[in-house]
Amino acid sequence: MKKTFTYRLNIFLFLLPALILFVGVLIAPIIMSAIYSVHDFNSISDTNMKFVGLENYITLFSREMANPETGKLFTNDKFMGDALVNSLLLAGLSVFIQLPLSLIIALKLSKGIRGERAYLSIFFMPVLISTVIIGRLWMNIYDPGKAGILNAGLRTLGIDQWLFPWISSKITSSKLAFTGQWTGFRETALGAAFVPILWQYIGYHMLLMYAGIKGVPPELLEAAELDGCTEGQVNRHIIIPYIKPILKVSVIFAVTGSLKSFDLIYALMKDTTKAELPSTLMYKLLFLHNRYGLGSAIAVILIALCFIFALLITLAFRDKGEKVA
Amino acid sequence: MKERNRKLKPSTILVHFLLLVLVFINIFPLYWMLTFSLKTNDEILGYSYKDPETGVRVQVAPNHVGLPHQWEWSNYAEAMNTGNMGLYFVNSLVVAVSAIAITMVASFMATYALTRLVWKGRKTMNKFFMLGLTIPIHASIVPVYIILSRMNLLNTYSALIFPYAAFSLSMGILISSGFMGDIPYDLDEAAFLDGCGVWGIFLRVIAPLMMPAIATVGIYTFLQCWNELLFATIFVSSGQYRTLPVGVQQLFGQYTTRWGPIGAALSIATIPTLIVYVFLSKRIQDSFIAGAVKG
Repeated sequence: MKKTFTYRLNIFLFLLPALILFVGVLIAPIIMSAIYSVHDFNSISDTNMKFVGLENYITLFSREMANPETGKLFTNDKFMGDALVNSLLLAGLSVFIQLPLSLIIALKLSKGIRGERAYLSIFFMPVLISTVIIGRLWMNIYDPGKAGILNAGLRTLGIDQWLFPWISSKITSSKLAFTGQWTGFRETALGAAFVPILWQYIGYHMLLMYAGIKGVPPELLEAAELDGCTEGQVNRHIIIPYIKPILKVSVIFAVTGSLKSFDLIYALMKDTTKAELPSTLMYKLLFLHNRYGLGSAIAVILIALCFIFALLITLAFRDKGEKVA
Repeated sequence: MKERNRKLKPSTILVHFLLLVLVFINIFPLYWMLTFSLKTNDEILGYSYKDPETGVRVQVAPNHVGLPHQWEWSNYAEAMNTGNMGLYFVNSLVVAVSAIAITMVASFMATYALTRLVWKGRKTMNKFFMLGLTIPIHASIVPVYIILSRMNLLNTYSALIFPYAAFSLSMGILISSGFMGDIPYDLDEAAFLDGCGVWGIFLRVIAPLMMPAIATVGIYTFLQCWNELLFATIFVSSGQYRTLPVGVQQLFGQYTTRWGPIGAALSIATIPTLIVYVFLSKRIQDSFIAGAVKG
């Protein structure tokens, strides 16, 4: 085919719908967010945005701020550090608890257990349910009143007798006693949020890993069996190295998913400050305080972090792969 | 065959036992949701009454995990009528189907240019589109909100359809590339010799062979749109265009203490997806695998 002008024009026309959507909704807004993030503006119809340099970023990372008139220090409620730590904690829990669990189950399932597909299909089911629904459902499960099933179960078994005072003794952020308000204290809220995340996404990672394990060439496994490898050795030396690309995808998904996480916390808690995440803080700054510059700064930080972590994880997985080969 | 008939080993029994425990953990919250969606508040919370004959107060314990004593279908009627779940359901459907259609057309066309037409820079362009797999939707919230409000498009279906389509595009292109790569190039050649131009080849040869991709891309996009909350909360504030996730969220504000209608709303939003899953479980799982494995 000759590369005539019409040919080039056609290429452009084929790309056009995708380019309009992609540049219009994703790429241009990133640039706009970056510009907004160095401005101060409190109304979306505001055309006179005030340039403030890095002030928004400094505000987000100052635990305390000085009153410009009196010079007195006050606690900055726009501080993003805690939210960032929370999202990294969630990422850590996902990578070091959720993924190993998924891997163990996927390894067991893929070895020809009777009904493996049925098990897999059931474990995958929560992935399809809206995170809002899951958040709301778990809010009911955690309900501190009479109807909450978790506390009802603990009461029936008598566990609350010693568990609740023990949790109370660990709580330093509040003087209130713990009587089953799982999402009401800083010390318990993040853990309470992690359980539904674990519950919802364990099946997703399991499915990916299962598919990966099923893609391991049977000759490899047969050869290992002939060499007298134990199941553990096969897992460690053949299957896990083989499915490394999938493990990488799972780790990236778990980490960036935790950074971006919004729906679950927003649906699970009336007061998100107990387990504030960057995106819930951003939502508040944007739509409760109308601080569009500050909100955009959080967006820019999130975009940067997602890319940095995706890159770091890719690098980490590539290095090890080279050593093995 | 012999192996199957052999007695089960204790270790196998243990594995099955543990897996069944996991199945229970998976299913129980959903079972519980369905049961409380059919109960009255009295049954959920427990209540007491004065026995008319003896005059003694009788305590009735809450029915936490059992099936409803009396099936309160009125909870569903209330969620549908007062809670408007029917309308939100239709809205979600309109938004999801439109976004799927746009994603599909745009990503098939782009994939065709990226994989079957030969030109300098197509690899770079492909990488450019793949950036979308990592870009979080937060990137777009403020700018897109401002653009939509200046164009008077807040509170319309379009306010959700186009952003959803844009954010599904990268995955659409990724999945389509896999499918389009499997179509033999001889077909393009033959069609070209028969006098087809690039558009003719795309419409008559490639598009009809992309049927399997339609299911995969469609399922993936559908779930993204159906479950999305952040855009849906911010870009649409009027009830007329509200989608299911936001509708459920709002309903909780209305019925803070009434469990039945809340459970009914949760169930209405969940059951259709699960029914579709029962029939298409393999396909749905494949669409998730296709997206992740090629990434």
